[in-house]
Amino acid sequence: MSAVPFSAQIINLFASVILLLAFAMLGQRRVMPLINLFAYQGLVLAMSTAVVAFTTHQHHLYWSAGLTLLLKALLLPWILHRLVRRLNVKWDVESLIAIPTTMLVGVGLVIVAFNVALPISQLSNTITRGTLGIALATVMLAFLMMITRTKAIPQVVGFLAMENGLFLAATSATYGMPMVVELGIALDVLVGAIILGVFFFQIREQFDSLDIRNMEKLKDS
Amino acid sequence: MNIIGLLAQLFAIALALFLAPLLTGWVNQCRAWLQSRTAPPLLQPYYMLHKLFNKDVVLAHGASSLFRFAPFIVFGCMVLACAIVPTLSTDLPFAPAADTIALVGVFGLARIFIALAAMDVGTSFGSLGGRREMLIGFLAEPALLMVIFTTALISQSTSVATIVETLAQREFAIYPSLAFAGVAFTFVSFAENARVPVDNPATHLELTMIHEAMILEYSGRHLALLEWAASLKLYAYSCLGLALFFPWGIPNGDSFPALLAAIPLLVFKLAIGGSLLAIIETVNAKMRIFRAPEYLGTAFLLAVLGLLVRLLLETRV
Repeated sequence: MSAVPFSAQIINLFASVILLLAFAMLGQRRVMPLINLFAYQGLVLAMSTAVVAFTTHQHHLYWSAGLTLLLKALLLPWILHRLVRRLNVKWDVESLIAIPTTMLVGVGLVIVAFNVALPISQLSNTITRGTLGIALATVMLAFLMMITRTKAIPQVVGFLAMENGLFLAATSATYGMPMVVELGIALDVLVGAIILGVFFFQIREQFDSLDIRNMEKLKDS
Repeated sequence: MNIIGLLAQLFAIALALFLAPLLTGWVNQCRAWLQSRTAPPLLQPYYMLHKLFNKDVVLAHGASSLFRFAPFIVFGCMVLACAIVPTLSTDLPFAPAADTIALVGVFGLARIFIALAAMDVGTSFGSLGGRREMLIGFLAEPALLMVIFTTALISQSTSVATIVETLAQREFAIYPSLAFAGVAFTFVSFAENARVPVDNPATHLELTMIHEAMILEYSGRHLALLEWAASLKLYAYSCLGLALFFPWGIPNGDSFPALLAAIPLLVFKLAIGGSLLAIIETVNAKMRIFRAPEYLGTAFLLAVLGLLVRLLLETRV
């Protein structure tokens, strides 16, 4: 353990917190705390990226960290909060009961992700290579959340959390993507969230609820 | 095993017997302050024990000998648990026996006997409490074992004494896995000690009680022993938590000066732990009993995550 430098320990700690928050999101039934958890995840991600930038002197990572902080910890949660208030679904509770089962499936996914990531991360020689497994697990947990939720907003939060996981994976494997790609993805996510926000209103107009199971009834005629 | 070591061990047990009701009293006092009630005196549990030991025992008509022996077995198990959890030193004569899996087994033995005794008389409250206790127990035990395995992976041993020595004498390092395990351990110890999110230790009125429902039929010295055993259990869990997650300052010898020097630090740590316990109890509401599986499932999940994170992040050098 003594061979692992202190900054790597901090990064590992942040990565573990991100994983923990992913699980908390998976188990959260209410909408508002879910968005808050997503904001915390963005915050921790930004801090972890900043630590990586400080340790490795990769200056573009500071920009990534700032972008993450601005976009994922402040702007997107704010947009989602506004949406929830405008749609008046603040007290929406997920009707799914099988959250413990979902959590168990989640643990299985984490085991798979760790096993898959272990040989890949040994190819890399970055200081953060250990967190690749956690990044993969975060992506898969967010994916699981998108699959199991039936309301529209938790699905969008799952989508955004998946992007968090991808960002962490990029940082841990190769110290981040090129700046152009990162800016592009950030813009994509922002526009995606706004378009989905418009979709929410359309869905509710059509079905009087945000339960996307209703969309199965749509026919092409 | 020399005579000094034996005396030191006996001293540690006596200290546990003395400090355990004090810890309970301290937690009750903190809770009362936080809820802006007038606090009971710190020594209230002693007065209680004194009163109960002087009262006659009233036995139900259908009570078998199991009912009468159970308090002694439970009390004995808890004393043994307090003896093998390293509180003052990691080098006491009982330390080689202090295997964590055996420790969980000792707690399990006490649980089985108290649940059997609760069902023995045949009142509805007793069997209700016994069944609920077993429900909580069978969910809490795997989580506790997982927590212990995480710490055992770090120190390569399941002996509590070795774990504490390894953790106390390492150089400073951040273990994310220990953080996960610590949170999981907190969850489990609340459930195991019949504390607020799972059970309320201060009520005899509700249908939701678990621990109090089991000991409802007991009186006199039997009840005193069970109350004392409950205090000892809280003490043993607190000391186990301190030993696993805050092991600094537990000396490695069995000389009396070292032991005496360790007492103030132990009392200080227990006082902090007790007040934290009271704070957590005050800010949380009691859960419905059917939420308890979810709560303990979360504890198990955290412990497993700790184990996985340990394997992923901390094994390679």
